[in-house]
Order: sequence, then structure tokens, then C-alpha cells
Amino acid sequence: MPSRARGWLAVAAVVAVGVALTFGVQERYHHRVLTLVFLWAAMGLSWNIISGYAGQISFGHQVFFGIGAYVTVLLIVKAGLTPWIGMIVAIGVAVLAAVLIGMPTFRLAGIYFGLATLAYPLIFRIVMDWLGFQEVAIPMKREQPGWFMQFSDPRSFDLLALAVLAATLMLSRAIETSRLGYRLRAIRENEQAAEAMGVDSFRCKMIAYMLSAAPAAVVGAVYVHAILFIVTPEAVFGLLVVSQTLVVCLVGGTGTLWGPVIGAALMVPASEILDTTVGDRLPGIQGVVYGGALILIMLYAPEGLYWRARQLLLGRAGRGTDAARSAVVAPAQHGAAAVAPMDRALLEVRGVSKAFSGLQALSDVSFDAREREILGVIGPNGAGKTTLFNVLNGFLAPDVGQVRFLGHDATGQRPSALCRLGVGRTFQVPRTFPHLTLSENVMIGAFVHVRPVPDARRLAHAALGRVGLADRADALPSGLTTLDLRLMELARCLATEPRLVLLDEPLAGLSGDGVAVMIGAIRSVRSLGATVVIIEHTMQALLSLADRLIVLDQGRRLADGTPTQVTQDPAVIEAYLGKRWLARMGGR
Amino acid sequence: MGAAELVQYVATGVLVGGVYALMSIGLALIFGVMRVVNFAQGDFMMLGMYLTYFYTLSGVVDPLLGALLTIPPFFVLGWIVHRGLLARVTGGGDPQRQMDAQLILTLGLSLVITNATTMILSPTPLGIRTPYATQAFALGPVLLNQARSYAFGMALLLALAVYGFLTRTDLGKALRAAADDPEAASYQGIDVRAMHGLAFGTGIALVAAAGGLLATYHPIEPTVAGNFIVLMFVAVVLGGLGSIPGAFVGGLVIGLVQSLTLLVLPFQLQNTGVFIVFLLVLYLRPQGLFGRRARTV
Repeated sequence: MPSRARGWLAVAAVVAVGVALTFGVQERYHHRVLTLVFLWAAMGLSWNIISGYAGQISFGHQVFFGIGAYVTVLLIVKAGLTPWIGMIVAIGVAVLAAVLIGMPTFRLAGIYFGLATLAYPLIFRIVMDWLGFQEVAIPMKREQPGWFMQFSDPRSFDLLALAVLAATLMLSRAIETSRLGYRLRAIRENEQAAEAMGVDSFRCKMIAYMLSAAPAAVVGAVYVHAILFIVTPEAVFGLLVVSQTLVVCLVGGTGTLWGPVIGAALMVPASEILDTTVGDRLPGIQGVVYGGALILIMLYAPEGLYWRARQLLLGRAGRGTDAARSAVVAPAQHGAAAVAPMDRALLEVRGVSKAFSGLQALSDVSFDAREREILGVIGPNGAGKTTLFNVLNGFLAPDVGQVRFLGHDATGQRPSALCRLGVGRTFQVPRTFPHLTLSENVMIGAFVHVRPVPDARRLAHAALGRVGLADRADALPSGLTTLDLRLMELARCLATEPRLVLLDEPLAGLSGDGVAVMIGAIRSVRSLGATVVIIEHTMQALLSLADRLIVLDQGRRLADGTPTQVTQDPAVIEAYLGKRWLARMGGR
Repeated sequence: MGAAELVQYVATGVLVGGVYALMSIGLALIFGVMRVVNFAQGDFMMLGMYLTYFYTLSGVVDPLLGALLTIPPFFVLGWIVHRGLLARVTGGGDPQRQMDAQLILTLGLSLVITNATTMILSPTPLGIRTPYATQAFALGPVLLNQARSYAFGMALLLALAVYGFLTRTDLGKALRAAADDPEAASYQGIDVRAMHGLAFGTGIALVAAAGGLLATYHPIEPTVAGNFIVLMFVAVVLGGLGSIPGAFVGGLVIGLVQSLTLLVLPFQLQNTGVFIVFLLVLYLRPQGLFGRRARTV
């Protein structure tokens, strides 16, 4: 993680190189190329905010570029308004458009989102044609060229484009190093896990989309004045605009500040030079170069040049070692008796039913979880245990029934909202953010209560220390054992400071030693004052761990009581434990 | 507006929609099997139009036959493109990344094909002259353009042939197995990579043939893909991504919507109706009309 100062220094370096080039190159044509490099880099960065950081691949980002172009030019033509002010209006219109487009479109996931975004610029194209704006020329303003962005010195456009690039770099940098940036990456890596860790994914995506619309509008406005002079729907809303944006980002690398800058610096001059040298004989050469670059990059470096170069330079292992290696803290050991459960109910489940197209996963389930209690939920496969958890943490809304948490109605609330109230969970198959380090994974949880990144990092390290993973803080999840992954998930959950912790089969796939470590960690969670609800298959482990057991069978609550009561319940033995269990327990 | 006029618009819409349907099932087949949205689909259609045009230049091949004759070379081309490009993208073992990278690759392919065609052939539009392009069958007051009627009939036959292949033959069943669960299919001895090649080749051949049929009444130019790829996407999403019958119905609906939009909106806004239907379907029923696989949470 580069320090704050280093990031700003790098932005300053880009500006310095840009200024040097602006005053270094002589030919008018070279200035044009330079302006284009700056503008496409900025356009790529704006796409990168929503599609790179947040991973919501948009094929319609030129909609904001086109809005920027059309709004500024039409304001000059219709109202005589300077583009300097027109640009600000255009930003407003673009952000408003982002809200209107994002509201319905972010309900879609994956490729559906991408395909939907294709439609918007096409609709704008058709409507602009229909409104009679097939060709809108910028009117000449000889008296006040500067006021109307009509510079005769090409260096002015270079500097203007560079300023746009610098501003977009700073915006990207600010996002990258903020809580929002971490949350966007978490959404990209695993949206459900992010939601469960208190990230309101819809809200985060909307903010990112609005932030990405603004620079695109400015780029569109400047592009018209520096390059196009005449706006046509095809030139600003066409597929070529988004193709060029994608090329710049994907060649350079997405999800980083530097990818679009590298991509633009390589691709724009290459295609422009080819266009001027052979373009008159081979009219489509630019498109061939861009398309060819996309194919080659997907075949040989699909992550982009920046990430490939970084990988080569840093080697496979390096991800910084600045974090202090703290001693492994063994999880605190507490006997079940050390912290007694209280009588007050933290969670009340009342008559909850849930069906999936005919299959009744839960029917009329009711129970309480008391404060500081360890409650086990057992039952055979398909008994509805995980469905129950999905209802409790908000992934699913029950068909009927009510869930009350801390005395408030929590039925049907979003997982992120429930997490902020104090419901934390882990997953049956650990759900990590694979390209984030362990400490960054846990930070996503910590961001529920703190905004500054250093504070979140401190809390994350503390949480990792509590489960004995402090020395792995900078590792990526891919190298971890199942036990470490489960402990990391537990730490991530603890970082949200939950009042209620839902653990979905925390002991599955663990060795005997691993089970002991995990049980110790679970006890320490209760000693922090939280209530724990555990789903497990293995009765044996729960008998020593749980204060109370609930047995689910075919979606119904079969029994509810202390481990001793439940294991002697004939209905439970019949449905789940089997006669042999009884014989074995009796024989001991 | 009389009833006859309405019937005329519906008939025209269905005829055009038949060719859209054929294009779209090619795209749906590729998506259904490979989970890849092929951005270059429209460009292969454009190439199919040109090949049909060159067939007719010989003077002996009728364009409708020419459209059929695009199938073998384009199947081979599709197979080669899959083996040489798409199959080489691995995504580092992560299926999601692999599909994303393949999608971007087809976008690059699309740019290359459109622009290389502009470079090699010229951007000037070409047309195939057939005696039946300007004639019509009269069904009472309703006139059916002959070229469109023939194209519709051929499209229907080809679509039925594909459906028969997928449901009646062992190879078709293997293809569907590879689409439903690649891992389980490979345990049954199905070569999933070969199935992907088969799907891509077939999908490309179908869209090329549809291009050939389209060429009997639509100008041929390098940039024609852009107008049609979006219509194909809409048809396929409408029918439910990956569903072959869905894509067929989707194509017909697109033709109908395009045609009926003209009743209420001016000509330039013809495709607005299509996009509005597209967005409505995405928001209200993202799994499409025939989609089985609803996305969870």
C-alpha cells in the first residue's frame, strides 16, 4: 500500500510530464495527439470508477460523454452560454442521468447490467436524431475566444485536457484510498459477502456511478471543443467512444489509477500515427489496431499491462511487509460456565415460513436467542438451517412470520442494514474478497463503525489478532487453509462489532486440532458479550459448546432445549440421531 | 387506421422478425453453451452478407441458395476462431474471469472485422438485385414482399433444423449437456472444448446464413453489424439468455415491435420501441420470457 504522499506525488509527476510534453512538442498535429491522450486517459479513469473498482462493467459509459458534449454545445447555440459554465451544467445533467439510469439498472447483476447499459446511448442517439440535432456546429466567437474555449494556441487545449486528467486522477485517488474505494472493491469481489458485512451495495454503486459520470461529461465537453467542432450523435454516443474507452482501460489494466493512463499513452499515439501515415489508404486502420490490441491483451495479459508489470517487478510474494508481525495470540479459553447467558431475548423468531417454488424450506419456525447465549441449530441436510440464517441476516425475506432483533422489527431488512444493527455472519463455504489482503478483508467489516481507513486498519489488525491471524494480515486469502479462512471470516464478522453472530457450519472440514482452535475462538466471541447461533452437523462438538439446542427437520422446529433434553427427546432420536446414538450415549 | 393496415404491419413485422430470429438463435446457442455474449456476432452476419453477394456475382447462384452455402465455410471459420482465440483465454482458472475475457475478446474481434472489411472492401454499400425483391404476394389487401417471405421461410426451416439437431441427435444432446453442466458432462466423456467449438461454429454459421437472407432486401456495408447486434442482444435477453426457442420468439417480437412502433412513432424512432421493450423486460423479468435460470439474490 503506497503511502498517501507517494500517491499525490505520482499524480504530480504525471502533470509535470504532461506540462513538459505540452511545451516540448512543436507540431500542431502532435499537440492534437497529446490532447487526445489526456482526454482518453481521463475518460478511461471515469469508466474505471464504476467498472474497474466496483466491477460493474458498463458498455454505455459514452452516454455521459455525449451528454457533456451536447449540453455544452446546445447551451452555446441556444443561449449563448460559455462552455465553462455549460460544463458545470453538463456535469449536473450527467449526474442526474446517472441517478435515473442507475436506479433501475443496478437491480441487475453481471452481464444483464452490461447489456442494459448498451441501450441508453442508443436511445440518446435516436432521440438526438429525431430532435433534429444530427449535426450541431459550435458557433465561432471571434471576440471572446478564450471565454468560449476556442483557443488558437493548441497548447491551451493540451493544458485544459491535462487539467481534466489531473482532476480525474485526484478523484480516482481519493476514491481508491477511501472507505468507498474499499467497499467498491469488496462489491466487485463478492457482493453478497460485502452486503453481509454491512456494505449497502446499491448505495455504493450509485455513488460510484454518479462520481464516474461527472468526469466523462467534462471530457465530452472538452473533446467537442478541442477535436470535433461539430457534434453528431454517432460521434459522441456511438459504440466507438466506448470501445476506445474500454481499450484504454483494458490494455492498461482496470481497478487502478495507472491502467487508463498507461493504456492511453500507448494506444492513442499508436493509432493516431497509423491513421496519418496509412489512414488514407487503409481507412479502418485505427479500429483494427484497437481491436487487435484487445484480442492480444486478452490472450496474453488479460489483467492489463499495469498488473502484469507489477507482478513481474514485485514477484509473486511481495505485498509489502510494513505491518508489524505481532505474536500469535491464542484464542482466549473460556469454559461454557464462565459467561452465563442472560434471560433477555436478543433475537425473537416468530412463525417464520419460507418456500421455494413449492418446496417448504421453513414452516412456522419460532425461537428466541438470549443475550450471551451459544445456541446450536442442528438438523439433517435440507432441514432448512441455511435458509433460516439467510432469513435472519436478510438475504431472504420470510413469506410469513417476523424476526425481531433488539426489540425492533428486523423482518425483510437488507443484510447491510441488519449488519449495522449488529447481526454478523459467516458462510458455510467461506466467502472472501479474493484479491484483498486479510487485513483489507477484515477492514470491510470494520468500516461499519469507522470511516477513516487507518482506524479501520487498526481495528482489523486487532480482530485478526484475536483469532491468531495477526502475522498473516498482508497475505491474500488464496493461500490460506480452511481453518485460517474460517478464522478470517470470524475476524471480519467480529470487526463489525456484532451483538449476534451467525456461524454457518464453522467446524465443517476442520481437523481435530482445527476444531479445538475454532471452538476456542467461538467461546471467546461469547466472552466479548455477543450471542452466538451455530449451525452444525456434528452433534458431538455442539454438546460441549452450546447452552441450548434447536433441532430442525424438514423446515419445522422439532425440539428446543438444553443439549441433554434434546438428545433424549424421542422425536429427535427418531428423525435425526438414530437409535444407535441412543445406545452409544446410554452405554457411556 | 383500418384493420387491414394493422394486419399489414403485423405481417411485415413477422416476416422481418423471422430473420432476426435466425440471427438470434445463433447468439443464444453460443451464450447457452459457452456463457459468452458474442459481440462479433453482427460482424459475422455482415461477412455472411458479403459472401452471399460474391456467390451471386457468379451469376448462377441465387441469393437464397447463396445464404445456405455460407453455412459450411462459416462453421469452419467459427470453429477456427474458437480454437485459435477463444479457447486460448483461460482466465487463470476462474470461470467468471474467463468469460469476461472471452467477451472482451469478441469485442476486439468485432472491431477488427468491421474495420478490416472497410479497409479491404470499400465502405460503399452494395446490394443484391433479385427479381423478387420488388415483388409482393397479395393476400387480399395485405402485401407480402417476396424476398422477405422467402427469407422468412428459409429462416424458419433452418431454425427447425437446429432445434431438431439439438433435441433429436446424440451430438445435440451432448451439446446441451455441456451447456447445462460442463463438469458433469466431462465426467460422461463429453469433450466440452469440442462442444464449445461446435456451438461457436454453428452459431456463426447460423448468423451468416441469416445475413445472406437479409442481403436479399437490405444494403450490404461493413458497418451494418452495429444496427443488428443490438437487436440480437434484445431478442436473446427477451427470450431468456441462452434459450433457443426463447431467442426465436424474441426475434419475432423484435420484428413486430419495430413494425408496430411505426404506427405510433416517426420512422427515426423505430428502434426506440425495441429498446423500451428491452429495458422493460430487463427490469420486470430479467430471466426473459423463457428463462429457466433466475438469478439468485
